[in-house]
Amino acid sequence: MIEPPADWTHGHAAILYQCCSSCRRVQYFRRAFCAACGSTKLDERPASGEGTVYAAALVCRAATQETAAHTPYNIVLVDTKEGFRMMAHGARDLAIGDRVSARFVPFAGHIVPYFEKMK
Amino acid sequence: MSLAAELAITDAGLKRSDIDGVLCGYSTVSPHIMLATVFAEHFGIRPSYAHAVQVGGATGLAMTMLAHHLVDAGLVRHVLIVSGENRLTGQSRDAAIAALAQVGHPDYEVPLGPTIPAYYGLVASRYMHEYGVTQEDLAEFSVLMRTHAHDHPGAQFQEPITVADVMASKPVALPLKLLDCCPVSDGGAAVVVSRQPTASARVRVRGCAQAHTHQHVTAAPALSELGAKLSIAKAKASVGVAISDVRYAAVYDSFTITLAMLLEELGLAEPGEAAALVRSGHFGRDGDMPLNTHGGLLSYGHCGVGGAMAHLVETHLQMTGRAAKRQVRDASLALLHGDGGVLSSHVTIFLERVR
Repeated sequence: MIEPPADWTHGHAAILYQCCSSCRRVQYFRRAFCAACGSTKLDERPASGEGTVYAAALVCRAATQETAAHTPYNIVLVDTKEGFRMMAHGARDLAIGDRVSARFVPFAGHIVPYFEKMK
Repeated sequence: MSLAAELAITDAGLKRSDIDGVLCGYSTVSPHIMLATVFAEHFGIRPSYAHAVQVGGATGLAMTMLAHHLVDAGLVRHVLIVSGENRLTGQSRDAAIAALAQVGHPDYEVPLGPTIPAYYGLVASRYMHEYGVTQEDLAEFSVLMRTHAHDHPGAQFQEPITVADVMASKPVALPLKLLDCCPVSDGGAAVVVSRQPTASARVRVRGCAQAHTHQHVTAAPALSELGAKLSIAKAKASVGVAISDVRYAAVYDSFTITLAMLLEELGLAEPGEAAALVRSGHFGRDGDMPLNTHGGLLSYGHCGVGGAMAHLVETHLQMTGRAAKRQVRDASLALLHGDGGVLSSHVTIFLERVR
């Protein structure tokens, strides 16, 4: 198995992605191989945290007590500058197509990426 | 499950001992690694072929497709497809919502606190953005399903509703509101697929196909490349059926957005135009393309795998002229479509009445 990533999924204020050294495709869900070509030569890179809002949904009814304490919270899909799509939290005023950048906020015992409109 | 199985076997003119194949869905309330044999033992049969199938909301149609191929290959003669869950009374609502949200990616999605309505809310926001669809448009599908459920004594919700009611319902995962979402229900359904006709009312699988493009919404392709389009294209091509041949439609409707998108991707409406067709009565009982006349998941109810199988049961009743007050003029050729995950897995089936 590969080492756990030093990114937000493991408590670090960072977004990581992988770039295939063979086919140059990028992937966000971390694997020991490239899902496009199968190569195991992957470069792990930090993302800039910049991107464009692809979709947004405002959660008003949460599933657990811990998450319900945060409602309403905006879940967004962001197309990053680096070319992968990711799910994150976002400011309430975000609209599809907005250029955004990420910071990290606490949520239900973790830290999560939180996108806001670029200044 | 036993009651549904008994009804289906009797309706097919068979005895329990005739059943030599069992396919069953999964259960979120009572999970088990061998659900088909748990059921077979409980029901009192010893099939020569049995296992469970898991494709989320597409499970019922995936089992039907598999049963069709199993009997066609001569492996078994009569396959019982059965599913049921007490999703409403067997657990708390929070537990139901939390269990289903786990279809999300465990590292990259679930920690963000999404729910199934949130995954579909994301899809809805994008769809509305690309095609200019409004929340009022989506509400039309809830109203239609409720109108249909009004005439089904087994439907969970039968009281008529209006677009204004949907708009005023509690926000769940905006743009989706409570009445855009199917309820959590108790229920079960069963179907028998046989190699040879067993009853006077005969319905056969004309063709079927699947497509699986992703699991997680983060990894979904562009809206124009989703799986429904792929699976129906394969199904149409394999048997030479055109949409213009279809007389009845049974389409998965976990949310209003699911139904709107699937109708358009299947070619039952132009992109962005499904709601206008609902308003014109096109998908009504007396319309050109009657749709989910039992009220669908949105109003008949959603008990998991059995919920989506209710579409199949209703289609069978319509095709065999036994849908009582809900009977449509002509259901000689039906299109059924199931969706699992977040528009991840698709199964399309054409059923045909045989004289």
